Amino acid sequence: MFGFGILTGLTFLPLVGAAFILTLKGESEATLRNAKWAALLTTIVVFLLSLVVWGRFDTASAAFQLVEQKDWFGSGLTYKMGVDGFSIPFVLLTTFLTPFAILASWESVKFRLKEYLVAFLVLETLMIGVFCALDLVLFYLFFEGGLIPMFLIIGIWGGKRRVYASFKFFLYTLVGSLLMLIAILAIYGKTGTTDIVILLETQFPPSMQTWLWLAFFASFAVKMPMWPVHTWLPDAHVEAPTAGSVILAAILLKMGGYGFIRFSLPMFPDASAYFAPLIYALSVIAVIYTSLVALVQEDIKKLIAYSSVAHMGFVTMGLFTLTPQGVQGAMFLMISHGFVSGALFLCVGVIYDRMHTREIAAYGGLVNRMPLYAVTFMIFTMANVGLPGTSGFVGEFLTLAGAFVANSWVALFATTGVVLSAAYALYLYRRVVFGPLDKPSLQSISDLNARELVIFVPLIALTIYYGVRPGPILEASAASVANLLQSHTALANAAKVVAQAVQ
Amino acid sequence: MSFSTALAHHFLPETILVLGVLALILIGAWRGTRAFGLVNELAVGLIGLAILALFFGQTSEASLFEGAFVDDAFARFVKALTLIGSLVTILMSRDYLQRARLGNFEFPVLVLLSTVGMLLLVSADNLIALYLGLELMSLALYVVAAFDRDDARASEAGLKYFVLGALSSGMLLYGASLLYGFAGTISFDGIAKAITGAPPLGVIFGLVFVLAGLAFKMSAAPFHMWTPDVYEGAPTPVTAFFASAPKMAAVAITARIVFTAFPGIVGQWQQIVIFLAIASMLLGAFAAIGQSNIKRLMAYSSIGHMGFALVGLAAGSEAGVRGVAIYLAIYLVMTLGAFAAILQMRVEGRPVEKIADLSGLSRNNGLAAFFLAMLMFSLAGVPPLAGFFAKYYVLLAAVEAGLFPLAIVGVLASAISAFYYLRVVKVIYFDDPAPAFDQSPLSLRAVLAVSTLFLLGFWLYPAPVVEAATAAAKSLF
Repeated sequence: MFGFGILTGLTFLPLVGAAFILTLKGESEATLRNAKWAALLTTIVVFLLSLVVWGRFDTASAAFQLVEQKDWFGSGLTYKMGVDGFSIPFVLLTTFLTPFAILASWESVKFRLKEYLVAFLVLETLMIGVFCALDLVLFYLFFEGGLIPMFLIIGIWGGKRRVYASFKFFLYTLVGSLLMLIAILAIYGKTGTTDIVILLETQFPPSMQTWLWLAFFASFAVKMPMWPVHTWLPDAHVEAPTAGSVILAAILLKMGGYGFIRFSLPMFPDASAYFAPLIYALSVIAVIYTSLVALVQEDIKKLIAYSSVAHMGFVTMGLFTLTPQGVQGAMFLMISHGFVSGALFLCVGVIYDRMHTREIAAYGGLVNRMPLYAVTFMIFTMANVGLPGTSGFVGEFLTLAGAFVANSWVALFATTGVVLSAAYALYLYRRVVFGPLDKPSLQSISDLNARELVIFVPLIALTIYYGVRPGPILEASAASVANLLQSHTALANAAKVVAQAVQ
Repeated sequence: MSFSTALAHHFLPETILVLGVLALILIGAWRGTRAFGLVNELAVGLIGLAILALFFGQTSEASLFEGAFVDDAFARFVKALTLIGSLVTILMSRDYLQRARLGNFEFPVLVLLSTVGMLLLVSADNLIALYLGLELMSLALYVVAAFDRDDARASEAGLKYFVLGALSSGMLLYGASLLYGFAGTISFDGIAKAITGAPPLGVIFGLVFVLAGLAFKMSAAPFHMWTPDVYEGAPTPVTAFFASAPKMAAVAITARIVFTAFPGIVGQWQQIVIFLAIASMLLGAFAAIGQSNIKRLMAYSSIGHMGFALVGLAAGSEAGVRGVAIYLAIYLVMTLGAFAAILQMRVEGRPVEKIADLSGLSRNNGLAAFFLAMLMFSLAGVPPLAGFFAKYYVLLAAVEAGLFPLAIVGVLASAISAFYYLRVVKVIYFDDPAPAFDQSPLSLRAVLAVSTLFLLGFWLYPAPVVEAATAAAKSLF
């Protein structure tokens, strides 16, 4: 339509829903209900459209597909969209999870509901845009633009320390991203283009790669987040409303990993190899340290937030092993973590909506009153731990296998994280769900209602389905992973040839 | 080219304004105190006419009046910005001035005179013309700063601005005389030709003094001292004017003089501009954090933004000038929009100017709150708003010129300043409501809406601004 392709439609469709909600006047019950249904329908249509994209996508090819291109700023900047095996899983993850985020807010958002829904729809546009953009500046536009709605979501609808958390979230991410902006400008200055497809085939001189890699690293490490710049995440998670936490954990964090796999690894291969030990070190620290920190948390959301940081440690470790297992495992783990951590935050949301507290000590014995909830929470806890049969296992196993090939010490230390994750997750589960139900406030707590079941059933199904049959996700990115590693090997061989020639 | 053709073609906007101002003074003298409304409307009309003359007038480049002035794409670009700034200021000022019992016809007349000065300044092609334009602009500004003459703060602002402004004019004149002494000519081209090889010390001194004088007018640190006090003390429409049009002219003439008079000694003036840029960005970032008055906040914000505009200049390249031109255009829109919002801050008839007065604006007036919040995000340079592209183009020029430290200081300053812009958003959206503002006049709401929509939609269709800026930059080289 209008000379644009399906990806543009997919990206900007949520804005249509947002515009419709803005036209609704008044705060009456009926208006708010209309707004909610409009938002939900928009996100569902977006999801269906993304399935069409998926249908047109050829997983056998590593090339960018469904590419569309327009003149934009004249001088070098183009409006270019497209997807490949690295981005399409994230696009689907985004469109799949956003309807759940809307559903999760159905009753829990008590004021300024229309603005809330608009913020979410705008955020969805920006998230899809990040994964579809094939121009560095366009990518940056979406990447940074997402800060505005998320800042408002945390700050307006968040908990007690929401102002602190929202500022911390915004400023941390901004500082990292601005350094990346300088790197983008330097790339443009060097090559005269910001077209990602061309840049992926450009070879940067090694000295320049180092600096560019560091600048991109500053941005993605904060976004990911990697130890030691992860501290904004627990605050943001704790204060954000449930749906905000879901989106944050499930999708916004993945932008860091996506950035590594889209830019750092293929564009700066020498620097990536050079800095791999640094990444290993930071990843292993993240896995062990944040797992230990998670053990002593008294706030459920904070505990899950720290567990997210630990899982992202597996992802960065897997990516930089540059083995097929490691990279594919990292891709898989990111998608799986999208379902699982999102679902865990939704689980917290369920009891938070009823009790309005996230203190672990305020709960106990929920299994007596909430059997369905206990089962749901257990499945996702197990998936978080990485129990075989759930999707969490596949990703962790593959990244560890990759790490073992690359550096067995890294694999050894990282594996302790698996044990620790079992410790904190099961400890949490025991304290919340088991034990005697002796707190008077919990006596009348009700089990999952129909809306909540609608949210959880598909997530459970996918978690188990992909745990048993991980093929579909792995195949989606297989060609791109192979392509990435092949060019890396070619480069390494070229370097060897040069070295021999010098000798 | 004959005198009259020059006036009628290349100097048409200036001619319109000068003749118009004379007529307005006559009307004012004739109708006395009742003249304000009429003169105000006519002034808007005159500037509108001048803008039309600019858009549909000459597109060729010409040297006018024995080389005193030049009419080129760069001059026309900045003149358009200056005129838009003046137009919107006069449009926004009417309601405020009438409520404050300051509805005298002298205000639009003085703004117009100052605008004529800016137009001359932007076109100036020798040192005398530069001084002429600068003083015409400044003298009118001194008077409007103290326009609320019974108010102690406004009088103080006017006096402070006058004394410091006179000092800076003195420095500029001293520098100009040194330049004349060593180069033997006042024309910019002549100076450029006279400086061959290593410049004599006198020329360097002259350059430093001239740049210091100009830095004062654009309120770049360390010549910014007057800015916060004058911004706070002057009546708000006057502050809006100070923050918009004169900055355009001052930055433009700085760009013109360094590139036409000193193209051979880029290394010399580059150091000065880099220093001014870094000092302004850092000062703008840090000093604004503690402010509780929104006009003072805007003062420090404008200092920081001038620092950013100078980053483009420091690159010393055509891409840099393009960046400066784009920056000025977007900064103008952001400033006018922000002041349109500040002018709406009025509780029970009295203007208020504390940041805390904005508390909970989102509950009282959702639309204005949204617009102001977007303005703040744009000022902070968050994409996809236009403020990001302003920074993008100047930083791009700096990086291309290899000025990485400058670019890094720039982005760090930008991150620090994001803190106080976010604080305004926080006050608007996260805090509990303060007393609601009065219903504001249509002109203010329209300016706020139009400017914010421009900033929000800039990335959809950036071509007109970017192309005009590119053409403007080309004409300087």
